[in-house]
Amino acid sequence: MNKELIRLKVNGEVGEIAVPPQKLLLDVLREDLGLTGSKRGCDDSSCGCCAVLMDGVPMLSCVAIASCYQGAEIVTVEGLAPPGTLDPVQEGFVVAGGAQCGFCTPGFLIATRALLDRNPNPTLEEIRVALSSNLCRCTGYMQIYESVKYALERAHAWEVARPAPAGK
Amino acid sequence: MAPHSIIGKPLPMTDGPDKVTGLAKYTDDLAVAGMLCGRILHSVHPHARIRSIDTSKAEALPGVKAVATGKDAPNPYGILPIGHDERVFALDKARYIGDNVAAVAATSAEIAEQALELIEVNYEPLPAWFDPLESMKATSNWIHEERPNNIEKEYHHEFGNAEQAFAESAFVSEERYITGEVTHAAMEPHSTLAIWEPDGRLTVYSSTQVPYYLHRTISEVCEMPMSQIRVIKPLVGGGFGGKSEVIPLEVAAPVLAKKAHRPVKITYTREEVFYAHRGRPYTIVDIKVGLTREGRINAVAARVVQDGGAYCGYGPVTVLYSGALLGAIYDIPNVRYDGYRVLTNKPACGAMRGHGTVNVRFAFESLLDQLAHDAGLDPVDVRRRNLLKAPCITVNGLRVTSYGLPECIEKAVERSGWAEKRGKLPYGRGLGMACSHYVSGAANPIIRSNMPHTTVNIKVDRDAAVTLFTGASEIGQGSDTIQAQIVAEVMGVKMERIKLVAADTGLTPVDLGSYSSRVTFMAGNACLEAAKNLRAQLFAAVARKFACDPAGLDARDDFIFSTEDQRLRMSFDDAAVAAIDFHGALVATGTYAPPEESRGGKHKGAGVGPSPSYSYSAQVVELSVDTETGQVRVHRIVAAHDCGKALNPLTVEGQIEGSVYMGLGQALQEEMVWKEGRLMNPSLLEYRIPSTLETPEIESIIVESHDPEGPFGAKEAGEGSLAATIPAVANAIYDAVGVRINSLPITPEKILAALREKETQRGAKGVRSNGGPR
Repeated sequence: MNKELIRLKVNGEVGEIAVPPQKLLLDVLREDLGLTGSKRGCDDSSCGCCAVLMDGVPMLSCVAIASCYQGAEIVTVEGLAPPGTLDPVQEGFVVAGGAQCGFCTPGFLIATRALLDRNPNPTLEEIRVALSSNLCRCTGYMQIYESVKYALERAHAWEVARPAPAGK
Repeated sequence: MAPHSIIGKPLPMTDGPDKVTGLAKYTDDLAVAGMLCGRILHSVHPHARIRSIDTSKAEALPGVKAVATGKDAPNPYGILPIGHDERVFALDKARYIGDNVAAVAATSAEIAEQALELIEVNYEPLPAWFDPLESMKATSNWIHEERPNNIEKEYHHEFGNAEQAFAESAFVSEERYITGEVTHAAMEPHSTLAIWEPDGRLTVYSSTQVPYYLHRTISEVCEMPMSQIRVIKPLVGGGFGGKSEVIPLEVAAPVLAKKAHRPVKITYTREEVFYAHRGRPYTIVDIKVGLTREGRINAVAARVVQDGGAYCGYGPVTVLYSGALLGAIYDIPNVRYDGYRVLTNKPACGAMRGHGTVNVRFAFESLLDQLAHDAGLDPVDVRRRNLLKAPCITVNGLRVTSYGLPECIEKAVERSGWAEKRGKLPYGRGLGMACSHYVSGAANPIIRSNMPHTTVNIKVDRDAAVTLFTGASEIGQGSDTIQAQIVAEVMGVKMERIKLVAADTGLTPVDLGSYSSRVTFMAGNACLEAAKNLRAQLFAAVARKFACDPAGLDARDDFIFSTEDQRLRMSFDDAAVAAIDFHGALVATGTYAPPEESRGGKHKGAGVGPSPSYSYSAQVVELSVDTETGQVRVHRIVAAHDCGKALNPLTVEGQIEGSVYMGLGQALQEEMVWKEGRLMNPSLLEYRIPSTLETPEIESIIVESHDPEGPFGAKEAGEGSLAATIPAVANAIYDAVGVRINSLPITPEKILAALREKETQRGAKGVRSNGGPR
């Protein structure tokens, strides 16, 4: 099949890639861009391992046709923080045991980042619901909640250190 | 002795930063120049003779670089020496839907898939066996001709005299328990990349728990010496036993690579993962337990039939574990066991977390609960009255060196509020308790030999980096971190100084693999030995410089210092250089083999079950049952686990919680549903592992019994908790609504049916229908 040239903005960088028109975003990320952080864990969009942020909204890249998302801001696990640094969410998953085998971790990080961006003070129940589209077979989820809580505390510590934004 | 500086601390896993940044490489993340895509053709028949295979059209398709069938790799293999009944591609017969028939390597996935459709297989369908009890009666069309009546193995053990003990028991109960088939469902699908090197060597990257066994098997199948093959385990995205024997793609990729003289990668789809399986078998447990008036367990007898699927795999080990660990958790003088491993035309079962112990534990702990009620005893008290007194040897020859079960029971009871709540909860809400135990590695290796089960090397060079070469397989449980902690603690260096080179047969010495919860205990002990050796070498050199007695030296935080004279203090960097100058090189090897006394009795099958030490668990589950819908809502699980010593409480808790979680899935919702050999739910949408919404609060409690032979007193933490969860759930359901569900998973349908039956019986007796067991 003939390839077409598409333009994607991934982790803040715009690039042009020639891909078959039906190629899935997950395959473009993994094969064409070398961003193998997003994983394929299932055949039927059930595991959440491939989640990326699409204009801030978590989305499964295994069911997204890449060419449909030209112009969108795509963020993968590799782009959650500037190189050499960790986002509080990433730090939480390291420190509090949220990542065991690590295969589901990119998807959980994306879902958590999206949650905290729209709700900086989630309750445990809200965390539970926000992460219910992602499967983890290792942790039993307890240390994932601890990781999210750690991230919340870190994020709030940053808030305190910064002047409060107007209107708050 | 000064408290530890690294052991016992909740340190993050050393590979955490790689995992959270997406930089961590799993097998499917690897790509090399010229890499081909491999795909496997699976049988569409559950049992069929293969008359012929025509691959000519597939071979002619542009882009196809190799096609392989059974003739290309006819040597049989299998994880057990007594069970070499598999071939990478079926040679004469296909034995289950999904059995491997041929494979293709092509320049793209699309071409490979197209080529599979061009392979013509001429099958002659044969009668197939799906039900183990029916299969055992087969007089013809056996799945393997050399296994009459489709019985893979049977074992009959009797210790003491169970019949006599039952006759002398005040309470005797007998029940049948049936457990559905479940699978590991690790998040990472299996993947193998085999690289044919220009010099005729083979390098294989694979998602495996057992690089050493894979190394051996590739050598046998590809007819190449092991010295020409290098197996590397990249990061593995969970195993749980599903990667603890050689999976067909792991030999299919090397066969294709050898044939194409190109690198070949095969990654399973999730559906293929389900059919590769090797999970926990459908099991029928007929069990009888006798209790004295005082609540002492007099005897247990069990007849266990396991539906093993079409190949041997770990089957005989599974059925032996079921017998060996049936009674050994308590002090039971009379134990009888009859175990059958039966072949059927379904994917082979194998080792899954809690290998062999889980289904019999469900049966035993459920029946014990029932007997406690019959005897008017608190189920906790019954367990308290039947404890072992370590050190001891159980009636079936298992040597128990440490036994934290009493403390597990008391902690779980205390933290769950058992005494305050029991009998006082409203109808529909209940408490249940159960116990379990597990091995810290098998005392006898799969392939009988006198070689160490683990060897590690440590080298320190003039850069003062400490490099640990270990064959042990990190699969997400944190074993790399634990080994680094042990070495850092003993050598008195910071964690950052330790570099791990792991699970690469080209660089690291042999370790048997990540199975039967052996790594912390065995690789840990090997690390301890090697690190102690290096510490002695360092101290000798430093003592010479300081002209002091090495016995007066200690090491911590990257310094070696005299405990008697504060002025005598040397940085690790200087000490390393001094030691290299003094000794010529700073290297050490550590090994571990279980002691002779731990290797069990002499009866047939005595080799499976013995371990250098055992972990123990006690759990209390609190849940509600909706009597209108039969829906169970688990509120809280309190899980106390005796891991000897928590070398890293963070990872130990993660292991306990993960085990409980997996047990909960088997208890309430997971089941592989088969219809004529076809899996009805080969996806994560339909085979429902618990999500956050179905997983309750799990409170893990660490109990430390300080095993005399474990590294720093440690024993296993990764599997033992799983088995207690299932009967604790079942017992809590009984406490809540007064029905016993003896088959897994305990679905709302089964609960509703049992509630209706109870109502009917009560109605017939004129008893009011609401009200629980109390």
